[in-house]
Parts: sequence; C-alpha cells; structure tokens
Amino acid sequence: MATTTAAPGAPTTKIGQAALEVDDRLIVAGPLRRTLNKVFPDHWSFLLGEIALYSFMILLVSGTYLTFFYDASMEEVVYEGVYAPLRGVEMSAAYESTLGLSFDVRGGLLIRQIHHWAALLFVASIVIHLIRIFFTGAFRRPRETNWLIGVVLLVLALLMGVTGYSLPDDLLSGTGLRIISAIILSLPVIGTWAHWAVFNGDYVGTEIIGRFYIAHVLIIPAILLALIAAHLLILVKQKHTQFPGAGRTEHNVVGNRLFPTFAGKATALLFIVFGLCAALGGLVQINPIWLWGPYNPAQVSAGSQPDWYIGFLDGSTRLFPAWDINLPGDYTIPALFWPTVVGAGLMFAVLAFYPFIERKLTGDTASHHLLQRPRDVPVRTAVGAMALTFYVILWISGGNDLIADKFDISLNAMTWFGRIGCLVLPPFAYWMTYRLCLGLQRHDREVLEHGIETGVIRRLPSGEFIEVHQPLGPVDEHGHGQLAYGGASVPKKMNQVGGARRAIKGFFKPIEEPAEVQRQAELDARGLEAEQADRQSISSGRPSEGGRPSEGGRPQAPRD
Amino acid sequence: MTTTDKNPGSAGGSAATGPSHGGPDDEHTPAQLAAMDRTELDRLGARYDGVEVLHVEPAPAPGSALEKQATRQVTMWFALAGVFAVAFLVVYAGSGWFLPDWEWEVGAAPWSALFTPLLGLAMGLSLLCIGIGLVQYVKKLLPHETAVQDKHDGSHFDRVTTGATLMSGLDKSGLPRRKLLLGTIGGMGVAFGAMLIAPLGGLIKNPNTGNPLGTTSWAEGVRLLRDDGTPIRPGDQQPGSLETVFPAVAGGNFQSDAATMLIRLRPEQQLSDEPREGQADFSYGDYVAYSKICTHAGCPVGLYEQETGRILCPCHQSQFQVTQGARPVFGPATRALPQLPITVDDEGYFVARSDYIEAVGPTYWNRERI
Repeated sequence: MATTTAAPGAPTTKIGQAALEVDDRLIVAGPLRRTLNKVFPDHWSFLLGEIALYSFMILLVSGTYLTFFYDASMEEVVYEGVYAPLRGVEMSAAYESTLGLSFDVRGGLLIRQIHHWAALLFVASIVIHLIRIFFTGAFRRPRETNWLIGVVLLVLALLMGVTGYSLPDDLLSGTGLRIISAIILSLPVIGTWAHWAVFNGDYVGTEIIGRFYIAHVLIIPAILLALIAAHLLILVKQKHTQFPGAGRTEHNVVGNRLFPTFAGKATALLFIVFGLCAALGGLVQINPIWLWGPYNPAQVSAGSQPDWYIGFLDGSTRLFPAWDINLPGDYTIPALFWPTVVGAGLMFAVLAFYPFIERKLTGDTASHHLLQRPRDVPVRTAVGAMALTFYVILWISGGNDLIADKFDISLNAMTWFGRIGCLVLPPFAYWMTYRLCLGLQRHDREVLEHGIETGVIRRLPSGEFIEVHQPLGPVDEHGHGQLAYGGASVPKKMNQVGGARRAIKGFFKPIEEPAEVQRQAELDARGLEAEQADRQSISSGRPSEGGRPSEGGRPQAPRD
Repeated sequence: MTTTDKNPGSAGGSAATGPSHGGPDDEHTPAQLAAMDRTELDRLGARYDGVEVLHVEPAPAPGSALEKQATRQVTMWFALAGVFAVAFLVVYAGSGWFLPDWEWEVGAAPWSALFTPLLGLAMGLSLLCIGIGLVQYVKKLLPHETAVQDKHDGSHFDRVTTGATLMSGLDKSGLPRRKLLLGTIGGMGVAFGAMLIAPLGGLIKNPNTGNPLGTTSWAEGVRLLRDDGTPIRPGDQQPGSLETVFPAVAGGNFQSDAATMLIRLRPEQQLSDEPREGQADFSYGDYVAYSKICTHAGCPVGLYEQETGRILCPCHQSQFQVTQGARPVFGPATRALPQLPITVDDEGYFVARSDYIEAVGPTYWNRERI
C-alpha cells in the first residue's frame, strides 16, 4: 500500500481519519481494544444470565411505553370504553386506564402482554441462572459478592413482579393486595403501624396503587439498574469461570474474543429473547384483566393464583398449620407470619449465605475459577436437590386447588400431601441425588479405566464372547486406561471421540468434497493422540471379561 | 509553554505526537507498525491484552459452494426479518385504513380479534429471524477462533502502594490522634443521617385512633342490602343458600371489611346448629350472618358448599363450618368467622342488631386487646 502521508501508519481512509479525530479527544483506542479482545468462555449455560439481562431491557422499554397510558389513581370512575361487558361498571381509574391501553390504544395490548411475558421470563431466567451458578460452584471465592448481589436482584425481581401485577387493580391482583395487607398486619409488635405506614391507613385506602406505582417504575428499577451494573462490572473484573478441559486452568480463560464472535452470538440471543417475548405477547393471552373484573373486597374467583414466582409463598401459606401463638398480655403472633415473613426470609437468608456456610463446613477458602461438575460435589448437589424439592412442593401447593379440581382429588388430601411431602420428600431427594452423583462418578472412572463400550461383540478362540472397549488414552499391560479424571466431561460414545465421520453438508446435493472432509477429520484426530492411529480397538478392558485377547484373557484377579 | 508565556494556553500543542510514556509505543515505532498487516496487528494488540489466539478454523473459502450456501441462508433470514417487519407495519398502520378496523368489540369482525396476534406474530418472527440470521452468520461465515486470556490476580505492588497512599493521607489528616474531632464527626454523621431519613416520618400514622380495625359500618338498625342495594326479607332465600350483604350506608358495598354472608340454614342444619358460646341469639330463625372476610389473610371466603355447610376460602383453602359457629375445620385459619347479630325491623327487612362484637379480618398483634 503506497501512502503519501508523512507519518507512517496515519489513516488514509475517511473512516480512519474520523476514528483518529475521536481518539484524539477521548483516548479510547486502548480500552476499546482491551474490551474487544476480552475472551468469553463458550458454554450454553453461561447465556442464562444474559437472558435475564435482555428480559430486563425489554421490561424497561415496554414498561416506559405503558406509563404513557397508565393512570395510577384509585379514584372511582364509571367505565365507558369499547369493552361492552364492563360498560357502566364502577372501577378505579387504574383499572380503567389499563382497560384503555388494552382496548383503545393501537398495539397497546401487545406491549402490555410483552411486558408481562418478559417479567415472567426475567424471574425464570434469574432462577435458572442461579441454579446453574449453585450446582457448578461458581459462587465460590472470589465470587461471593456477585452471588449476594444476585440474590438481592432475585428478591427485587420478585418485588417488581408483585408491585407490577398489582397496578391494574383488577380482582385477581386486588386479592393479592389483600393478602399483602394481611401479611404486613401479621408482623409482631409493629404490624398495624407498618400497615398504616404502607397503606396510609386501613385497608385499602386510596394511596396504595400510587405508592406501588412509584416503587415499580422508579425506586426498584433504579436499585435494579445499579445492582445489575455492579454485577456486570464485577463479572468483567473477575472474568468468567469455565468448565475444566484441555488447556483450561485456574489462571486463564479459553473461548471466543468479544469481537466479532461473542458479540454476534450475544446480539443474536438478544433478538431471539425479544422475538420470543413479542410472539408470546401477541399469540398467548396473559392476565386478561377484563375477564377478572375490577377489584371489589367482597368478591373473589376460585382458582386465584399469583404469577408463578410468588406461587411458592402462596403454597407455604396454604400448607402451614393453624398455629397462632398467644402470648401473655393478650398479644398474638398470627399463623400467617410464619410461612410468609419468616419462611421467605429464612429461605432467602440461607440462599444468600450459602457460599459462607459451605466455606465454613468444607474449609475451602481458595480462589476458584474452574467450575465443578455437579456429580463431583455430591453433598452440595444433593443439598441443592433437597432445596429445589422443597421449593417445588411449595410451588405445587400454591396451585393445589387447581390440581384437586382437574384431577378430581380431595383438596384436603392435596394439602396433606404438601404438608407431609415438604418434610419427607426433600431428604429423599437428597439421598437419591447423592447416590446418583456417586454412580455417575464411578461410571466416569470406569470409562477412563476400561474405555468406551463400542457395542462390538467379539468371540474369542476359546468360544468366549467379549465386548470390545475403546480406550481413551494409553493403556498399561492389562489394558487399563492411564488417564486420571480431570473434572471434565468424559466421552462415553464412540461418536464423541470421532467414531463416525461427520455428515457431508448439502441438502439436495453435496456441497463439499467428501475427500476433503475425510482429510480434515484425520487432521483433527491427530490432535487427540499421536499414537492413536497405531492402537487397535480390541481391548475389552474389563479384567473380568478377559482383558486383551493377546494376553491370554482373564489373567488378573478381580480388583476393587 | 514557559513561565514567561504572554498568552498561556493559546499556543496549542504541536501536531506531532508528543513524547511517548513508555509501553507499547516505545517498543513499536509507527514505521514498524505500518509494515505489519492487519492480522499481525490484531494478534499483537491481543497479546498486549493477555490474549493468545490458539487455533483458527478458517471460514469457508470465498467463492466455495459452502460459502455461497451459507451466504444465501443468512441473506434469506435477514430478508425474512425485513418482510415480517413490513408485515407488522402493514397490519399496524393498515387496520382501519385499507384493512378492517382493529378495535375489538363483542361480535365485531374477526380481524379485530386477529389484530394483536398478528402484530405479535410479525414482530416475533422478524426479531427471531434477525437472531437466527446472526447465529448462522457467526457459525457458518466467521472463522472459529479459540483464544486464551490470562487471568490477572491482584498485584502485591498495587496493594502496598495504594495502601500507603491511603494511610499517609489518614496520617496527614491527623484524625487518629484528634479523638474529640473524630468522635464529633461520628456523632454528627449519625444525627445527619437521621435528619435525612426523618421526613419519612410523614408516612407514620397511628393505627389505634378510633379503632378502625375493630369496627365496621354495621350498627344497630343498619339494614342488610344486596350488592344492588335492595333490602332482604326472611323468605327471600331458599333454604341452604347464601347471599352476600352489605351495610346500608354510603359506599357500603365497596368497604373492605363490611361484606357479610347471610346464610339460610336447611331445617336439619338448623337442628344441629351449635353456635359459639354466648352467640345463640345472633341468628334470626334459620338465618345466620357471618363476616365474609377470612380470618387468615383477609380474602373473601367465596365458596359455600351447601351439602356439608362448609365455607371455603379460595386463597388458602381454610374451611369454616357454618353449623358450628363458622369455626375453622381445615386449613391455615385459626379463628371462627365473626358472627353478625341480626334481626328484622318494623318493615320486615333484615337489620343488624349491633356491629360485630370482635374484629373482622386477619389476626394481628394486639387484636385481642382492642
């Protein structure tokens, strides 16, 4: 390239000159290059947190749109809109404006339903993300701070949900509001005072929708935004964890650079999440408030269920026995206090402090950047399964009336199933998960020692049948693999070690040369093991099944 | 610029690059960099960021059948995304213009029922197509690079020097020695913080003025009205049936604690009726009236099973036995539904004999005391 400029390397193109002008002022080239070069590990489970982030972005945008039309007022008005079944009915301005943005605003219903679906997805992806972090041990030092922030984000997401679905002031959410009121009243000592502070008086008053609104659109989102920023900054600073594997250590990250591969994939995911929410928002009806009707404290529908993420609290409230505690002096701690305030408080407290509890119990204070496979930490995995079982039983109990109705089961039997189940099934889940983990561990070791089952049966000259095993690495004189378990996934099928050639591309006719594909496959195989070409897959591995035929079969005493 | 400069700040910097401050600019002269191609520069920069590119699986060769097919596919996805976006615009703007009206009404044209689903479908497909197109682009048209980046642990040097800077600042301030000042600042901080949150005191109201939790609008002689405002006579209801009634006061049917269930017992139920102690005369003939507000969490106890005489709360499934003073027989509720004492006035309509004799609704800390 011939240039006429005096300074070598000075930009010659328009865009290059513009970039130079920008960098002269902002000095961003260095930080930008560091950002573009940042390496992200490649594993699908690392995208779960991203889904939560993108749902939040959708919520911000769609929620802002909804505020243009929503009126957070509890003033009584008479509905005169296009929805005929409710014409002439007295309702709050909040409910009327929600009907208005659903029926009178062009495309308003679509945005409202996108908002609701994105909210469900937001909490769901946070929970799944949390489960991934938990079971792979990604919360261990140095990431305890981000775990704590994550748990706070989850709690805030639940509060966002509750304050959000209360806003339409329909019959379903009003019933939820009544329960919130009762929960606040149930606080020992300060219950009535707290209720008067939140509701500005007795239930229901005229303030609560306006207060929930400002909490929903300003206070909680501001905290959420700040915490998400902190969550991401800490993530970037500490760099990602990664699963163990070839070349991966505690001191590096193996994967794709941000630009262009990871940026392309992340943007694609953003569009896919948004697309899914948009399709759901249009095609799948959610929270049809015009069917519930306006809130009236004397009315309720059978099968009143909150959004899924509050279901576990509804369930715990249904299951908890009728145990008021009467204290001397005619004071009472209501039964409602235990399953809601104490129950949820304990659950989230244990969740938040789990990294510290585990560190105390295991004495493992080292920094960890390599993830663990759940099977390699049976106790933690079993504890997680136990907690999830407890949660799921509470969650199912939150809908036990619907199950009882649809499956024609006694409602009281469902309640007793939940009461007994939430005590008995978690320990059972612990035991079963623990055994499963040990079984999986053993199978990994067995494959490493004896090789992959090929499914090929061989008949020895003696008449004995053996199954041929493919060793994964070098073997000793008994045909036993020498590879140690390194915490990474062990291939268990021949196809995972190149047993089958990949399919030739092309739908109607091949669009690549089969010979070239073959050559490529051989090139790839060379990377695995140098002497692999020489080794024949003839070992049965299992000593009890004869070992290598060349060694005369069955020479060893059974081990272990 | 010197100290004798007459117009400091107006001379401007020279166009030439200033002295470099060490680092990469010292090690690589512009001439050296100009001699390198893009890939080399990219790798060089990456190395400065602790990134080593280990392995690159090249993208399909330009002009190859594989590349052409992949390009066609990606182009198709993006084209589809555009088509669906236009479809969204057509449905959105065209409805009520050259397409039927979008406003939904009972019995309106099917288009109004399809409007929102079509919008969602078009928008969703458009966004999904962009997403899928991008994924295909990355997977099929970009080289697959495996890079490794070093993780930097904390630097001892940084810790020691930063700590020294902080501590020397503290030493210079002399705060550790000036105990009185330090104590005053602490006290000031507490008072200042309290001042900042003090205005929240405006939220606090006394819940014990006038006993709002323990009283309702029911009083002696207040008629029992249906939701539509009509009074009720004995004989209006079938035996075994339930009617929700409200006090005959302004806005009575929207009050959160006044809703009451007027139940006419069947004859055999009346025979087996066991009212709560001291409340035997609260009923009127075969009529009993109980608060509709659940004593557990305040939901309206909406479901009445005639056969068994049980009232079920749909929120948490507390069950109350009507023939036993509405005491809870299952579920999380601990107290019976309060009973409203009723009678009939001169004109033969149901009226309350007094307010509830206990607080209605959920239990709270000092409920027994007020």
